[in-house]
Amino acid sequence: MKGAGLRIRVVDIAKEFGRTGALRGVSLEIRDGELIALLGPSGSGKTTLLRVIAGLEAPNAGRVFFGDDDATALPVQKRRIGFVFQNYALFKHLSVQDNVAYGLRVLPAAGRPPKAQIRKRVQELLDLVQLSGLEDRFPRQLSGGQQQRVALARALAVDPRVLLLDEPFGALDAKVRKDLRRWLRELHERTGHTTVFVTHDQEEALELADRVAILNSGKLEQIGTPDEVYDRPASPFVMAFVGDTSSIPIVFDGGRLLYQGQPFRAEFEGTCQASGGVQGGIEGRMQGGAQAGAEAGAQARAPGRGRLYLRPKDVEVGVPQAGQLVGSVVNVHRTAAGRRAQIALGDGDTIVEAEVTLTQALRVGERVGLRLLKSRAFPE
Amino acid sequence: MRNRDRQPKMPASVTTESASARAVLIALALAFLVLFLILPVVVVFGEALRKGVWAYLATFEDPDARAAIWLTLTVAAIAVPLNMLFGIAASWAIAKFEFRGKSLLVTLIDLPFSISPVVSGLIYVLLFGAHGYFGPWLQAHGVEIIFALPGIVLATIFVTFPFVARELIPLMEEQGNTDEEAALTLGASGLRAFMTVTLPNIRWGLLYGVLLCNARAMGEFGAVAVVSGHIRGFTDTMPLHVEILYNEYNFAAAFAMASVLTLLALVTLVAKTLLEIHYGEALARTPRV
Repeated sequence: MKGAGLRIRVVDIAKEFGRTGALRGVSLEIRDGELIALLGPSGSGKTTLLRVIAGLEAPNAGRVFFGDDDATALPVQKRRIGFVFQNYALFKHLSVQDNVAYGLRVLPAAGRPPKAQIRKRVQELLDLVQLSGLEDRFPRQLSGGQQQRVALARALAVDPRVLLLDEPFGALDAKVRKDLRRWLRELHERTGHTTVFVTHDQEEALELADRVAILNSGKLEQIGTPDEVYDRPASPFVMAFVGDTSSIPIVFDGGRLLYQGQPFRAEFEGTCQASGGVQGGIEGRMQGGAQAGAEAGAQARAPGRGRLYLRPKDVEVGVPQAGQLVGSVVNVHRTAAGRRAQIALGDGDTIVEAEVTLTQALRVGERVGLRLLKSRAFPE
Repeated sequence: MRNRDRQPKMPASVTTESASARAVLIALALAFLVLFLILPVVVVFGEALRKGVWAYLATFEDPDARAAIWLTLTVAAIAVPLNMLFGIAASWAIAKFEFRGKSLLVTLIDLPFSISPVVSGLIYVLLFGAHGYFGPWLQAHGVEIIFALPGIVLATIFVTFPFVARELIPLMEEQGNTDEEAALTLGASGLRAFMTVTLPNIRWGLLYGVLLCNARAMGEFGAVAVVSGHIRGFTDTMPLHVEILYNEYNFAAAFAMASVLTLLALVTLVAKTLLEIHYGEALARTPRV
């Protein structure tokens, strides 16, 4: 069944709303058979984009292509999509099997399979979502995870060309979420539907999707594989949204990184474009603070302001050494796997989070030096 | 264990009054209930049956009485289905769509509740009466509205308009659009989605609203009195007939007729209660305004 999917292109989609969730010129391409996540905070327009693809919202501008066909004006009934709603929207008055059979029963008489065949298809789908035996239950008699799977079976019954899921795991508890996530991945591999799901949970997006599209205030910030968006975020927003980050206000001066006028050492990549208007900035990787770096940078750049973004796992805490950022420990708390320390720099307005091992004893108020193993600079 | 023993004894509940206060309050409530609710019902049936069952039944041999009952049923049979349709349409528009003037529409729907029924009746006389705006034209074309069935039906529709809509608006607003959207994504047409998803979702609220609407349609006096003209055997509804009989000092007949109306009300109440018992969960989700 692999390859049963559909290539989808959305081009310059704009959607005005009185409320939040507007879209302002979003373009992206979803490949045949791909599992893609639309990730963003609430109000970023991710659900609106999903609904535009589904045909549940009409865009004010832009076009939607299904394969090579312009589907912008195609009514939702004719798009042959499978949509799973956030709260499943199961028909409360219908049993599980009637819910799943709904899409087949509303087919025009000419294309509708005979009753026996509908029953067989429903049974197959319930097997697929591992709910055989619950045919005669009503939605209210099912757990959240089971309802979710009924909704999925119902959406798959019409043999959709694309599967669209709105916050599919939003209403479930952590354990069920994890199981369903894995199960959905397996299902996708088996059926090969082009699948788009909306989520605000970056962990879910990174774990599940082939590619992640990150939206912010109605615009597409970045689209890429989980590795790309996590390791090479295109904007401070993406950096902050796809993982824990702290940031330090810096001045980039001729290849040196300055925090409050003091140079410090850091491994970093990214651009820190001079505010004077020199295009390009410093690209690539360099040993900041070291002499070699200083020379490389000094040729091209005037001083510029920016921020240095760090992930807690890339910050090592130790005895202060020359050229390091120094701060005092504000707070240490336990996370599932280790400990997380918050370190206040300079005047105390800048807090850097660092992962520390369980064996590393840190006292609140202790002065520590920060070794920045990896970081990313963005101009301000 | 010892610790707990030493604690001072607490009353069973902090909200419980003393026994005497409870007795007084309960007695007051019961007395009120008997005086204002139970006694009138008992009196109606008592008076109706005062001269025995045969006399009671004989009341309904009277052709005028039969005509009144028939007219009331006819009016309800026309007004209630129409208001059901109007109510569904209005609540559908209000609950599922955003448009300008929505709150004005909601207020307008409540108008019949806040306006005196007599005024409602007068409006139709003013519009369709012999000296009204459309009166002469209607007369010229031989259409009778005031002092005839159409007038009574119109007045009844006006007065009972809010019942279904008010029941359905909060219900539909709470249910939102997603079920319908789900049906559409599965390929259902708008009408199909309405019949297979919307209607089942609102059925109990709808039935409830229709029951209330029906009770009021059969019992309406004020508005109907203005437009009916009290033509015995022709435009007398049951409530009007009760008044006529009463004014003629024909108490037994008046109460007999009244007892039928009361019976209809009781049946409605019982049906409503049964609904609440069986589908209380679904109905309770309807916020009452």
